[in-house]
Amino acid sequence: MANQEEYFFTKEHEWVYFEDNVAVVGVAEYAQNALGDITYVELPEVGEDVEQFEQFASVESVKAASDIFAPISGKIMEVNKKLEASPELINKSCYEKGWIAKIQPADLNEKNNLMSQEEYTQFLEGLDT
Amino acid sequence: MQLIFEKSRPGRCGFSITRCDVGQEAKIPSPYLRKKECLWPEVSELDVVRHFTQLSQRNFSVDTNIYPLGSCTMKYNPKFTEKAAGIRGFADLHPLLPQLDHSLVQGALEVLYHMDRLLSEITGMDHFTLQPLAGAHGELTGVMLMAAYHRSKGNKKTHIIIPDAAHGTNPASAAIAGYDIVTIPTDKKGVLDLEALKKHVNSQTAGLMLTCPNTLGLFDSDVDKIAAIIHDVDGLVYYDGANLNAMMGRARPGDLGFDIVHVNLHKTFATPHGGGGPGSGPVGVKEHLSRFLPISRVIKARNGSYALDYDYPDSIGYIASFYGNFGVILKAYAYILMLGKEGLKEASEHAVLNANYIMEKLKAYYDLPFDRRCMHECVFSASRQEKKGVHAVDIAKFLIDQGIHPPTIYFPLIVKEALMIEPTETESKAELDILAQALIAAAQLADDDPARFKDLPKTMPISRPDEVKAAKDIRCNFFA
Repeated sequence: MANQEEYFFTKEHEWVYFEDNVAVVGVAEYAQNALGDITYVELPEVGEDVEQFEQFASVESVKAASDIFAPISGKIMEVNKKLEASPELINKSCYEKGWIAKIQPADLNEKNNLMSQEEYTQFLEGLDT
Repeated sequence: MQLIFEKSRPGRCGFSITRCDVGQEAKIPSPYLRKKECLWPEVSELDVVRHFTQLSQRNFSVDTNIYPLGSCTMKYNPKFTEKAAGIRGFADLHPLLPQLDHSLVQGALEVLYHMDRLLSEITGMDHFTLQPLAGAHGELTGVMLMAAYHRSKGNKKTHIIIPDAAHGTNPASAAIAGYDIVTIPTDKKGVLDLEALKKHVNSQTAGLMLTCPNTLGLFDSDVDKIAAIIHDVDGLVYYDGANLNAMMGRARPGDLGFDIVHVNLHKTFATPHGGGGPGSGPVGVKEHLSRFLPISRVIKARNGSYALDYDYPDSIGYIASFYGNFGVILKAYAYILMLGKEGLKEASEHAVLNANYIMEKLKAYYDLPFDRRCMHECVFSASRQEKKGVHAVDIAKFLIDQGIHPPTIYFPLIVKEALMIEPTETESKAELDILAQALIAAAQLADDDPARFKDLPKTMPISRPDEVKAAKDIRCNFFA
């Protein structure tokens, strides 16, 4: 678990933090709350290449199915297998136990396309009006 | 309530099979014979009658209560159409009879032929296939027609454009037909973002699927511009007819630039659905696409007789067994004839009026993300109530206790805590007032005592089913 201020966010409510140059990604509180009880997570394949802001996973909840977009380009190193049996981990702990995948980033400069915690908080305030 | 299998008692029986007085020996090869007894419930006729009567009393239907389920057009299904479908000459027809002799089924073929003409007139198209068995089946048929068109021209097309407000069946149908999906956002006015559309349309665009009015109940006044943008790249424009009830008799998709349409007879044309089905999703096309329509097609000969024609080498082929859900087509046909031109127009006008009445009544109590004149349905957001911890689903449960079927909730996905209300033309002002009063009471309770929602509904045999378990852990077999 990183410090809250080390998370970066997308407009689609995915988060990412960097741990020894590996990107850990998941969905933010806003997304898990909007989705409601999650019943299924379709995980990417390990070794797959993903593009920043392109779909790489999807989740289904009792309300809807929704695509998850990669916050950063790179190769999938690891996926959170626990989500297969316990997709509700995303609801219970979206920033920690509910992480979705670890990505070997292709280009760390892509961080510039993401929002910091502070910018994301402002972005969320804008959504509510 | 017990399942009928739990009511089973060994030896109990409701029917005696007459002894066969023709000598016969079963010659069924042994691999096909049962190894175990068939698991029928052993019950008397009275057991069966009580069981199903009690089940029917638990049913919630448009025949018992208000059913304002958005985007579903749960209008009343007039009973005279059942009478038409029950006419023995129709009801007892064997579906293979036309293969034997067309002269034996002239009446049924005439119904199919005339339904094609009526739907063509209503939608402004040239030809219809009546075969698709539901709305989504119609969509798939429509996308297959698009693919056949592009194949015939040697076009290399890879994607279909779909607004983010669309029903989930649109992207699903396009994906099953082999296309990638490009999603276009909704703009601040609640309609397709034209600038975003222009950015995404290119030579790879096979077509666009558009619900009109859209799932926010809003009519897109740029619909002709949208069609032109798609036609410029030799794409086709598909009309999802889910919301045709908002405009029949007033505007025709064919005149607005659409090339392919599907209509839901079970919504717009008042045949039962939502468990009372089956559905029927006829697909209409403009002349230049008609050679791709599924076979068979009903033709009228010079002497006035009707026949099934299979001679369409460019056809996409068979998409359903026989001729579609004939009984449903027949009921919708009877409905169209009974209402007539003016009646259909009036139905749409009242549907729109009723939705606007509800919208105006509830505006002060619920957030209205797109505050403008709506068509046949309106979409509120329970975001104001959510701040008190009351969600759209809680308001739905509240309504159940008031004897009202909840509106559609959490759809369209682009509206947070959506409540999508489609009253239809068949509810009177008095019924609309009951619906509005119940929703106002829910909003007031959310203000005064939000905790009260948590154990609603109280009047149902099961209060809150475990939706997560229902989605994750499906068990459909009592014996498994």
